[in-house]
Amino acid sequence: MSTQTATTSGAAPGLIRERMPPLAAFGPFIALLLACVFFASQSDRFLTGQNFSLILQQVMVVGVVAIGQTLVILTAGIDLSCGMLMALGSIVMTKFSVDIGMNPYLAILCGLLVSTLFGLLNGSLITFVRLPPFIVTLGTLNIAFAITQIYSAAQTVSGLPDPLLFFGNTFKLAGTSVTYGTVLMLVLYLITWYILRSTAPGRHVYALGNNAEATRLMGIRTRAILLTIYTVAGLVYGIAGLLLVSRTGVGDPNAGQTDNLDSITAVVLGGTSLFGGRGMILGTLIGALIVGVFRNGLTLMGVASVYQILITGILVILAVATDQLSRRRG
Amino acid sequence: MSSIPNVVMQARGLVKRYGHVTALDGADFDLYSGEILAVIGDNGAGKSTLIKALSGALVPDAGEIRLDGNVVKFHSPIDARRQGIETVYQDLAVAPAMTIAENLFLGRELRKVGILGSVFRMLNKKRMLAEADAHMKGLQIGIRSMKQAVETLSGGQRQGVAVARSAAFARHVVIMDEPTAALGVKEGNMVLELIRRVRDSGLPVILISHNMPHVFEIADRIHIARLGKRACVVNPKKITMSETVAVMTGARRPEELPPEYLA
Repeated sequence: MSTQTATTSGAAPGLIRERMPPLAAFGPFIALLLACVFFASQSDRFLTGQNFSLILQQVMVVGVVAIGQTLVILTAGIDLSCGMLMALGSIVMTKFSVDIGMNPYLAILCGLLVSTLFGLLNGSLITFVRLPPFIVTLGTLNIAFAITQIYSAAQTVSGLPDPLLFFGNTFKLAGTSVTYGTVLMLVLYLITWYILRSTAPGRHVYALGNNAEATRLMGIRTRAILLTIYTVAGLVYGIAGLLLVSRTGVGDPNAGQTDNLDSITAVVLGGTSLFGGRGMILGTLIGALIVGVFRNGLTLMGVASVYQILITGILVILAVATDQLSRRRG
Repeated sequence: MSSIPNVVMQARGLVKRYGHVTALDGADFDLYSGEILAVIGDNGAGKSTLIKALSGALVPDAGEIRLDGNVVKFHSPIDARRQGIETVYQDLAVAPAMTIAENLFLGRELRKVGILGSVFRMLNKKRMLAEADAHMKGLQIGIRSMKQAVETLSGGQRQGVAVARSAAFARHVVIMDEPTAALGVKEGNMVLELIRRVRDSGLPVILISHNMPHVFEIADRIHIARLGKRACVVNPKKITMSETVAVMTGARRPEELPPEYLA
């Protein structure tokens, strides 16, 4: 985000200092590097292509969910329903294709459509009824969870057709197996990064999160932006649902129950402000990777998973504290 | 409807009611070309309702507004902006974490030419930076880099950005709502100087202010709002500050003023 550089030096454009992002932008990246160095020193198996491919697969689902979460948080909102919209989408696509025998591609579209419509519902309640995002998405979290359980009768859906499993397949890249799902995640990050950084609607998302009233008075249709953001977030959660199905090979009605907090963790670790209007989408990817690297590295070191959760909690508080303190000083 | 040739903006018989409260009770308004017109009034005089009607923030129940002689109807501030009326709001003018250039072009971004702009909607950041730089220099606002986040600026500089933005895009009128209220003495004077430069560049300015010294320092004419109407328009070079306040508060009737006080 070189455009948000807060430098005061030099008039000539193109000076290196002007192009440099603020230190805060590097913080998550440095933390990720340090974690990698630490775990590489602790375990021989950490620094291998196969292990990194595994980490990417492990963060793939929450990484995609966190794209939607970042968009919402940039508008100064929050989305608690994300994991449940993902689970509902994945149950719809698996049940439609297995139980009804629908064409698998059509079933995927139906799953994406359902989560997108729930996103639209979130957005409509927030923009038109003007309810707080926290409450709206808490409500749709429960509604989507209940529908998922009722529709699936709390049964796992298995025996999925190939198209639903495609993104779990791997190809060889320099001797390492990489899943297509990982590639899709990275492509989604790049597209979002481009839109947020280099297009007017993307900049309007930041402006809206910064100062909604000023943005509206500048003639920008802030309601349309908000509605679009929640709807697109719903679609993104549906895509995460497809990735989840392809990774686990089943439709799981109990999936997604921690993805809301996990995605918020990734967003916060990536340096995006919960107050809106500040942050970077690629920071969220790094945030998700930090969590993935810690879980993976601690597992390799033989640390019990409950300690991994403990450390994730400490990391989140550290990340927010660093961010707040550096802002106060600045 | 008599129309003086150099009237840029005119309102006749504006009425606005909120339930039983009549905020505007047939208010008139005239803005001449090339002037700074201050609008003053006690609380509840209908001053802010009048300005909201002129800037499109509300729709009056009755009366008409003319711009360059043509009747206009604004349903939103965006309508007013399309007609070339820009408003600088007291506090809520800028997006603090965004750069000066981004703030200047907010909602009017320039895209790259060719396929990058038309298909990929890519912004032309370089050109926006260059134009922002030239425009700020033209108004003699001394800020080194247009890539600075607005939150790194002082209050006066921020207001400078807001004024510069309105001056850059206004075609007819700039409305300023308490532009110096949140500022210190030095910063306030800086913004006053900037408002003069905007007027001298050919744009008439409507200035809403509670600060009488500022009003008397900068205004060419003063519109006094009272009881939902225009009490009178006075000439700050003739009338004193205390007599103006007397009219504003109702202690003195406008009909009793010597004719040379009126403008």
